[in-house]
Amino acid sequence: MSDSDYEHDDEDKDNDDDEPDYLSDPDDEFFDQVEPVLKPPPGLMAKEPRGPMGYLDFKFTCIGPDELMSRMHDIVKQVNAIFELPPCTTRILLSHFNWDKERLLERFYDGNQEKLFKDAHIVNPFRQARVPVGNSTILSVDVICDICLMETSHKQLEGLECHHLFCIDCWRNYMRTRIEDSGNALAIPCPHGKCDILVNENIVYRVMQPFPDVIRRFQYLSAQTFVQQHKLMKWCPSPGCTFAVEANSTRGVPVMCNCGYRFCFSCSSPAHEPVSCKYFQLWVKKCEDDSETAHWIHANTKQCPKCKATIEKSGGCNHMVCRNVNCKADFCWVCLGPWEPHGSSWYNCNRYNNSNAKVARDGQAQHRQALERYLFYYNRYVNHMKSLKFEDKLYAQIEVKMRDMQKLGLAWIETQFLKQAVDSLCHCRNTLMYTYVFAFFLTKNNHSILFEDNQRDLEMATETLSEYLERDINSDSISDTKVKVQDKSTYCERRRQVLLDYVYEGYESDIWEFNMM
Amino acid sequence: MAGGLPKRILRETEKLLSEPVPGIDARPDENNARYFHVIVNGPKDTPFESGKFKMELFLPEDYPMTPPKLRFITKIYHPNIDQLGRICLDTLKDKWTPALTIRTVLLTVQGLLSAPNPDDPLANDVAAAWKANETKAIATARQWTRIYAQV
Ligand SMILES: [Zn+2]
Ligand SMILES: [Zn+2]
Ligand SMILES: [Zn+2]
Ligand SMILES: [Zn+2]
Ligand SMILES: [Zn+2]
Ligand SMILES: [Zn+2]
Ligand SMILES: [Zn+2]
Repeated sequence: MSDSDYEHDDEDKDNDDDEPDYLSDPDDEFFDQVEPVLKPPPGLMAKEPRGPMGYLDFKFTCIGPDELMSRMHDIVKQVNAIFELPPCTTRILLSHFNWDKERLLERFYDGNQEKLFKDAHIVNPFRQARVPVGNSTILSVDVICDICLMETSHKQLEGLECHHLFCIDCWRNYMRTRIEDSGNALAIPCPHGKCDILVNENIVYRVMQPFPDVIRRFQYLSAQTFVQQHKLMKWCPSPGCTFAVEANSTRGVPVMCNCGYRFCFSCSSPAHEPVSCKYFQLWVKKCEDDSETAHWIHANTKQCPKCKATIEKSGGCNHMVCRNVNCKADFCWVCLGPWEPHGSSWYNCNRYNNSNAKVARDGQAQHRQALERYLFYYNRYVNHMKSLKFEDKLYAQIEVKMRDMQKLGLAWIETQFLKQAVDSLCHCRNTLMYTYVFAFFLTKNNHSILFEDNQRDLEMATETLSEYLERDINSDSISDTKVKVQDKSTYCERRRQVLLDYVYEGYESDIWEFNMM
Repeated sequence: MAGGLPKRILRETEKLLSEPVPGIDARPDENNARYFHVIVNGPKDTPFESGKFKMELFLPEDYPMTPPKLRFITKIYHPNIDQLGRICLDTLKDKWTPALTIRTVLLTVQGLLSAPNPDDPLANDVAAAWKANETKAIATARQWTRIYAQV
């Protein structure tokens, strides 16, 4: 990260010398600025409408670790063009509002500014004393630092705008400890026990200037906190990836990191379009519990109480005889007790009276139905998931074919269509996989029928492409192959887009009805 | 920090000895000026009343940037103190600032004896007992004070 990331050119315009800004004199002009800005400049509040953003308006960009700081400073600058506050103050204010510029501006001009500064743990910059820190009239007098209790020349004292002054050594020790241990560089309070004013970047750069390692760690933590706080930014969840993604809304739409990983911008789970985050999480939980499958086994089979062999109930009679020829135990299907005391009729089962029996039987039938429905969607979902797991293999096969084609005289770039086709195939499978989750929760209506048509079309297109890539590709000539592959994958992409558009338009016009199951 | 003990520690020690916190005796070890022997009198009208609780206090190398280390040596039945005598006090953790002193820490410990907080427990079983039946827990605390906290 270069020093230029830290230029706060609102303070001094001639900043092109090599000296980083944080080395500049602490006596910034801002201490002299006492005119409170109480009214917004004309035109400011006429901002763009903040209504719900359409699916098609969703945009995102991937931000590398080196760009994060300048991104942060851009936001500070944008706000400062209006506020004219010291950039370090603006940064704490922005952090307090989770980097939501609009909300900060609203609060700044609509509400009680005194309270705003208090809540953000900064000294009201409009009420600051004119006498800057370290520029007192009692320069010659030695004072005692409240932390180390050593005598210090007044010149050596440092402090924030709250004027709790400590010696520079104590500040250095304090910041080093806090910056090394803390996870949030923007939330270090003044060391005075009863003061909650936050340490700003200026004092960090000023005091820690001889310790570049601490400054680097401070910058690193600032960037971490920045992304965590900013509602429109997310870290790429792929292990080891240091990129962040910034979007223009918090929708649950998939984004793709520069590293190639696709994830949901809202919940950071692997991309799960077209199903919404809420139902995706519900589904994951349902599958994880695995209770459904367990129930299925439970509802349809039991173990012989004597030899533990698995018994499936086929007829309606509860008098069971174990199929294990060495066992042949007689028992009751309902209570698993020995059959003998039940006598001639299962009504004698003491845990099973007439009305309960009916409820239990109905319940079991209903449960079975729900289960079959779940298994229908689950099997199709798992099918696509399994196919996706073969993608690595397919990429490897395609790689070989691409090399063969190059041997036959094709340029590398001319063989890329094959890789792109596998990309398409994977996207389509991923989408298809989650259409079954979407459909599982969907209540039947006219729209759901149209959705199912789209789903079927995409499924057919995807399977055709898949089959072709795995099998038929060798039997055609290269030029035939290229045309066919491109046609098939374009068709797949188009079917996928049609399906997604319909689903997302449906979200917007509220035509989907869901059942929590 | 030339030549041994920082001035801050010297001054704090001096002050602790000349103007002790009422109900608390804290004095440095003869061989280690960073190690303090502490005796806290159980506050009046609490189950710890008339008990004398031995504690140890140690000032780490980077004190006052990091908080003192503090532990009860005497067994005590308290929801915020575990079996090893460790104390759940935010002043000793994230709320620590170098402007706090040994004195403030000792005062907070005294406060904790007067007002146990079972909602922020360190000793989970004690806290659970305390919440389930306060009268019984207080009786146990009193009993422990009688058995263990007599010098
Ligand atoms: Zn000092
Ligand atoms: Zn302060
Ligand atoms: Zn990534
Ligand atoms: Zn999501
Ligand atoms: Zn059997
Ligand atoms: Zn029978
Ligand atoms: Zn029975």
